[in-house]
Amino acid sequence: MMGPELKAIDCDVHPSVPDIKVLLPYLDTFWRDSISERGMPSLESISYPPNAPISARPDFRGTNGAAATDVSQLSAQVLDRWQASIAICNCLYGIQLLFSEDMAAAFARALNDWIAKEWLDRDARLRASIVVPMQNVDMAVDEIERCAKDRRFVQVLVLVMQETPLGRRSNWPIFAAAERHGLPLGIHAGSAYRNPVTSLGWPSWYIEDYAAQSQGFQSQVASLICEGVFAKFPALKVVLIESGVTWLPGFLWRFSKFWRGLRTEVPWVDRSPAEIVRDHIRLTIQPFDAPESTDDVERAVDHLRSDDILLFSSDFPHWQFDGDQLMPAGIPAGLHRKILVDNPLATYDRLKPT
Amino acid sequence: MAKHVVAPVSEIPPGGRKLVNAGGRAIIVFNLDGEFFALNNRCPHRGGSLCDGIVTGLVLSDEPGRYDYSRRGEIIRCPWHSWEFDIRTGQSWCDPKKVRVRQYGVSVEPGARVVQGPYVAETFSVSVENDYVVVEA
Amino acid sequence: MNIEVRQPVRAQKAKVGLIDCDIHPKLTVEQMRPYLSNRWWDYLQTYGIRYRHGYAKGYAYPKMTPQAARRDAWPPGGGLPASDLDFVRVQHLDHYGVDHGIMNPLSPTGQGEQNPEFSTALCFAANEVQAEVWTHREPRLRSSIVVPYEDGEASRAEIRRRAASKDYAQVFLLSRTSEAIGRRRYWPIFEAAAEAGLPIGIHVFGYSGWPMTSTGYPSFYIEEMTEHATSSQAVVTSMIMEGVFERYRDLKIVLIESGFGWLPALGWRLDKHWKRLKDEVPHLKRAPSEYIREHFWVTTQPMEEAEQPEHVIDAMNWIGMDRILFASDYPHWDFDDPVLALPPSLSEHQRRMIYADNARALYKLG
Repeated sequence: MMGPELKAIDCDVHPSVPDIKVLLPYLDTFWRDSISERGMPSLESISYPPNAPISARPDFRGTNGAAATDVSQLSAQVLDRWQASIAICNCLYGIQLLFSEDMAAAFARALNDWIAKEWLDRDARLRASIVVPMQNVDMAVDEIERCAKDRRFVQVLVLVMQETPLGRRSNWPIFAAAERHGLPLGIHAGSAYRNPVTSLGWPSWYIEDYAAQSQGFQSQVASLICEGVFAKFPALKVVLIESGVTWLPGFLWRFSKFWRGLRTEVPWVDRSPAEIVRDHIRLTIQPFDAPESTDDVERAVDHLRSDDILLFSSDFPHWQFDGDQLMPAGIPAGLHRKILVDNPLATYDRLKPT
Repeated sequence: MAKHVVAPVSEIPPGGRKLVNAGGRAIIVFNLDGEFFALNNRCPHRGGSLCDGIVTGLVLSDEPGRYDYSRRGEIIRCPWHSWEFDIRTGQSWCDPKKVRVRQYGVSVEPGARVVQGPYVAETFSVSVENDYVVVEA
Repeated sequence: MNIEVRQPVRAQKAKVGLIDCDIHPKLTVEQMRPYLSNRWWDYLQTYGIRYRHGYAKGYAYPKMTPQAARRDAWPPGGGLPASDLDFVRVQHLDHYGVDHGIMNPLSPTGQGEQNPEFSTALCFAANEVQAEVWTHREPRLRSSIVVPYEDGEASRAEIRRRAASKDYAQVFLLSRTSEAIGRRRYWPIFEAAAEAGLPIGIHVFGYSGWPMTSTGYPSFYIEEMTEHATSSQAVVTSMIMEGVFERYRDLKIVLIESGFGWLPALGWRLDKHWKRLKDEVPHLKRAPSEYIREHFWVTTQPMEEAEQPEHVIDAMNWIGMDRILFASDYPHWDFDDPVLALPPSLSEHQRRMIYADNARALYKLG
């Protein structure tokens, strides 16, 4: 259905760490022993409880219930069956939740090395995001510098819910490093659980946690723009990954409206937030929180006011669609090529053929 | 368009402003350091009465964290949604190309000329000893 | 020699009627005094009202204007904006021909005060003042029952105390509570409101003690304004997912001052993920968007302004024109003028619904 001639780029797939032990060879001896001696079981996050429905589609789960733990499964599904020519690996193993900066940085290094060796080395069609320890900005920058040397790393990956809003100046060295290396900042659904997932505190049900992610994206977009991140780093691109998409227009109406009257508080925001988003921010399409009718889907896409903003993704192995229904129904056919190929190529400099 | 005598100059000192009626329109006249400017009182956003707003300076920035503040007294902010308008040009700051307040020509005429006409003093009598603000609306 | 030049508006409004679902009267502590015990009056004088944002006066996200008010809303006779009923009449009720106004007092009411007993005492006084000083003197206005929402039982008692009175149109909450609003500790409020047949108005703000976002505290006031919408999204999600509407089938919720552009997409999101996660919440018997359709209303203010105005109409149609209630937010700076607030392309029938009929039916006004 995609067609090999289209060379679609899947901007969001999730390699899973099958067991914390697979990272041990990539840790130095102290950490290797420490993790074993302390009996750390895993860093899987409750943003995706391992057995929960969204976390993996049933037909992607192996006999032990795990999914996407091996490159051959990912390649077979995403690249061979769904005919993506390239897939970007965003590993969500929860190193961001640890409180110790040093441990988090050690795990980030190990994770990125494991991804390079066990995934990127084994299929030339795969690319990856650099997982960074946001616990310590200097260490995050070090990790970007270290991994950026490998051009198969095409993005910097952070979670949408962190300790402080991303736009804060203390985080800027990370954006400087990302911009310097031509790496977009990929903000992915999920929380470091430093704060409750809503401003009303902690909800009861997992579905509320998952649903709340779209609000997290609203907060981060507001922060990045209001703090002037795009004024300071004009070449920086941001990709909102697994956000749901359709929340964006309604959010921008309110944000742009208030900017017109409250501009003096943030005078470095020199044009409407809606324009800044269209210039700097992109969104992956899965999940696409769609209205029932395809007419309304078309309207909702219209509300985005940009043909350049959507990036193709499968979100493999998360269960966002059945069968091979990767492209949400109702997205105008005229946009498909842009979504599948052109927009990802325009967003990820490192994907361009050299 | 006709010329309307709206106030003696003494009623709008430098830094001051006055809401006047010129040809049935509510117009604010500002005095910026001896230069007069006249803007339609009605905010083009949602109709707030600009004369009830505050006059402030212009804040620009080319660097997050820097507030470059200048032209104090030359920006009027709508009392409702706080939109900023440049008193000198009527342009809004949030969308200078598309949104502006209507400007009117304004001049100062000596009483002698005003008395002769063709101006209309709407609400008060004029005397040849004084200067008057005249708005073309 | 200032000349008051105003557009004549009453003739325009007479045709469709006008019900304003968000007016903020400013109560004073002096007015509340007769309704507070000496203990709590002394406590108020000594410690003041302590909100979780931490300032004794003012806010950690300072407003853009004093009291967050329109600069022209300060009564000529003195006092804070919307503290003077006569001036509210002149500038707002008479000026626009408001037939009914729903009052939503914000402070001082005791809502958000850290001390639960003090909060209860203040809410009682605030409800007395709304009636005595406002609704008894101005038949066009209705009060809202402010409740010490962190104490479900005390809130229930206050609602029961007021339920029979024609003065009160609804129960009143703020959007940022210290637990997700659908959780059990708040159910006595829902039960009492349902029992009384009163809608619950949930107005943005409140200082829950949690950061204003799920990713910490933002820096700027403009971000606090955008976060009102996210807090309202969490309100809707929580009430639905906790099964509040399965338990209280007739409960009606008005989301006040959250805007509404975000609501259709939230409904789509909740539906999509509920289909996948249905087994987690078997107490939901219907799709989330059905609960939204049945139980939620939205006020118009701050009216959405999109680059393409027809997109706002799309959102209004997705929500349902019968769910939308006009509100001015008088006397705040982001006030919507009734004459200009609604998109001009709405039909006469739609304007009538939004300006008056929807609110008349919801609040059972004459």
